[in-house]
Amino acid sequence: MPDRGFLRLPTRNRELALIALALLIATAGFAAVQLARAQEFASSPLIAAAFFAGAYLIAHLVVRITLPDADPYLLPITAVLTALGLIEIYRIDAKLARDQGLWIVLGLVLFVGVIVAFRDIRRLETLRYTCGAVAVVLLLATIVLGSEVNGARLWIRVAGLQIQPGEFAKILLVIFLAGYLRERREVLAAPARKVLGIGVPALRHSLPLLIIAGASLVLLVAMNDLGSSLLFYVIALAMLYIATGRLLFVGLGAGLFALGATAALQITPRVQTRIDGWLHPWADEQAQCCYQITQSIYTIADGGVLGAGFGRGVILNSGGGTIIPYAQTDFIYSVIANEMGLVGATAVILLYLLLAWRGFRIATTADDGFSKLLAAGLATAVAFQVFVIVGGVIRLLPLTGLTLPFVSYGGSSVTANFAIAGLLLCISQRANRERV
Amino acid sequence: MNRRIGNLFIVLAVGLLGLIAMTTYWQVVARSSLEARQANVRLVYRDLAIDRGSIVSSDGVTLAESKPGTLDGRTVYFRHYPTGGLAAQLVGYSSLLAGRAGLERSLDPELTGSTGDLTGVINSFDRLKGDTVRGDEVILRLNAAAQKVAMDELTKLGARGSVVVLDPSNGGILVMASTPTFDPNTGLEQALSDPGSPLLNRATQGLYPPGSIFKVVTAASALDADVVTPETKFPGPSCIDSGGQKLCNFRDRAYGPHSFGYALIHSINTTFAEVGADLGKDQLEATMRGFGFFSRFPWDYPPEQSLPSGIFNRRGNLIDPSAPIDVPRIAIGQERLLATPLQMAEVATAVANGGQIVQPEPVQEVRAPDGSVVRRPSPVYLGRAMTTETATTLRELMKQVVDEGTGGAAAVAGLDVAGKTGTAETGTAGKNDAWFIGFAPAEASRFAFAVLVEDVDGTGGDVAAPIAAAVLRALTAQTT
Repeated sequence: MPDRGFLRLPTRNRELALIALALLIATAGFAAVQLARAQEFASSPLIAAAFFAGAYLIAHLVVRITLPDADPYLLPITAVLTALGLIEIYRIDAKLARDQGLWIVLGLVLFVGVIVAFRDIRRLETLRYTCGAVAVVLLLATIVLGSEVNGARLWIRVAGLQIQPGEFAKILLVIFLAGYLRERREVLAAPARKVLGIGVPALRHSLPLLIIAGASLVLLVAMNDLGSSLLFYVIALAMLYIATGRLLFVGLGAGLFALGATAALQITPRVQTRIDGWLHPWADEQAQCCYQITQSIYTIADGGVLGAGFGRGVILNSGGGTIIPYAQTDFIYSVIANEMGLVGATAVILLYLLLAWRGFRIATTADDGFSKLLAAGLATAVAFQVFVIVGGVIRLLPLTGLTLPFVSYGGSSVTANFAIAGLLLCISQRANRERV
Repeated sequence: MNRRIGNLFIVLAVGLLGLIAMTTYWQVVARSSLEARQANVRLVYRDLAIDRGSIVSSDGVTLAESKPGTLDGRTVYFRHYPTGGLAAQLVGYSSLLAGRAGLERSLDPELTGSTGDLTGVINSFDRLKGDTVRGDEVILRLNAAAQKVAMDELTKLGARGSVVVLDPSNGGILVMASTPTFDPNTGLEQALSDPGSPLLNRATQGLYPPGSIFKVVTAASALDADVVTPETKFPGPSCIDSGGQKLCNFRDRAYGPHSFGYALIHSINTTFAEVGADLGKDQLEATMRGFGFFSRFPWDYPPEQSLPSGIFNRRGNLIDPSAPIDVPRIAIGQERLLATPLQMAEVATAVANGGQIVQPEPVQEVRAPDGSVVRRPSPVYLGRAMTTETATTLRELMKQVVDEGTGGAAAVAGLDVAGKTGTAETGTAGKNDAWFIGFAPAEASRFAFAVLVEDVDGTGGDVAAPIAAAVLRALTAQTT
């Protein structure tokens, strides 16, 4: 059987073969957009595809040398996702695609940096408090120095670049939590006191968790974005559950957040608008609340099962802008669903499912608590972010300002997600190495 | 710990699969109902993908055309009106903002190539293949040069008004002018809210008291019913008592004993009121129906933009046939009688045509994209308004209106013009609706017309007749 043959290939050769497949998809996609949109052939997209291929091959070679036993599927999955994102961004605006191409190369550089620096993932555990502190500083910087884009305060401007520190703070927070929870999980799981028959850990142990809960709500108000706040909080709860196994914590935490968020909504009109648009999108389709979400739904529905085809959907308006504002970032999934149809959209979601599965598998195979918590936390971060942003654009959840990992336009998002991929590979190298 | 990691993965996997389920709902279940929603811009893109056919005047002036442009990588066609406000109400518009009106609306199936005939079938294949759908070209009967003269003359007066010229032999619309006008390229949004109602096609939607031009209808009715002959004698006082109210001649003039024919030429109200009383309600109404009053002309134009003429109640509805009316005042074109310029042009057409009413026809020819003729409308006769003898009598009398009566200003050198003036009271003191209807040449007529100018100080003979002359000169300069 051919797949058995494939699985018998050495790990890194499997990775290389899958990357080659991703590059084939990328090249075909670029060619399709080019054919659909331009009257004559231009070589620029092929050059772009060649650069893309070169960057991934170099990344593969570094992995081959430094992490020979690491998971062979993660890097090819990121290759397909970044390729699909880049193709659709190119279809929206070639100039944006040039930027995004640069971000992908930078992301791969960061990826290589991470796997070289944290080849031994235990080194990271010693940096847990540093990571926590930097995460807090980054978030504070966002709140204090942040500029509002589309109503949300998620960006800071550094040397002419817009940076979304939350994307990096998210990773640092997972590292901190992994280290912290491994250290304290016994005391958190087996509380010393009981209140109303419920075991409650001592305040000094649970204080950091209460701080996280409070901080998430502060973030909701300060950043004016439900998505980031929810993401941070869910990551923390998920890691707490894995560390302690206490579903009660999770339930209490979720209730606490729901209550706090309901109260906080009163002072965040933007989030309130988003919730109105979620509940009653057809009430006034041209209004602030509902224009984006209804246009997103029209765009998705128009794709049908097989999609309009790369470059053949109705995405841009007569001014050359996108019909859905922020189509290249928040609404990239709608564009994919339009041009690739249900088939393509399902494939993208399944790729994330596969990515999450590899992440959680790495977590189960790792043999130390820190690695397990870190891998599970990072996998949760990616999977839940996909759930929240895609859920938002398909009206399963209120709309939020998160990016679709590896696919959305944006330097912070792309590079941060490559860092996550790098960390997961490092963990898997150690886990697989020890099994051998 | 591994069991918990597995549980968490299952929860997240269910969430991700939920995304697929919801996407499936939008793309498969809800797709068709969303497609038809008005706010879905894809409807607009679909319309823009059609290379809508041009609308051209009979003298070769393009009135509406499609210009290719690019929208999101595809070729689309934007509607452009090279002549702006020249025939904006007749031609109408096809706009993303305001929808469609006028011929752009009524001829939409042909202009978009979506008729049931061969072009339509070929186009439905093109649509499947993704090729551009091309609509048929429509050539109008409209004479752009004469239309321009009509628009210029009305605009010069600074008045609201309308000029309609029909070809009596086939009903062809040679001129259909309406002022104020609008530029469908740039002025549509503004026109929608303009208090001067430039979008209103005053030729077909403007209802005005016809005044003395209605005497042609009364005369046709009286002659057909043998109530009078042209020689029947009438006394001709300045005023008479009608239904307890004074009914007077224009400027209270007394004429002395005269014939019925003389009364038409000089527009003597007292005589026509008396004739109306003799005719009675039923006879006059029957004649009016024969001329097309009380119903819409079933022509190629959006029905809501072509109103019926007739007697209206205070709420603006056509009155019940059984309702009492002041027949003598109707007979002189006043009371609650209102008519469109198109209806009054049809009255002139009937006289010119030996009594036949012919349906207004805007279209000369419809051509497929390959140049072949798809449709060339033939005249549709809607019935007889009067006997041929009556028409001949009225033709002679209306000729004299121009030669020696109130319509002298309509005279055109080298052209025998026949007509009838009208100066209808509007209810505002000192302001009249000035009318002139007629046809030319008097024998074997090629043009039948109605000119209306709203709310002016002057009379039909002073204000409307010169406009008719100018338009007739333009038409004859073109065709000879």
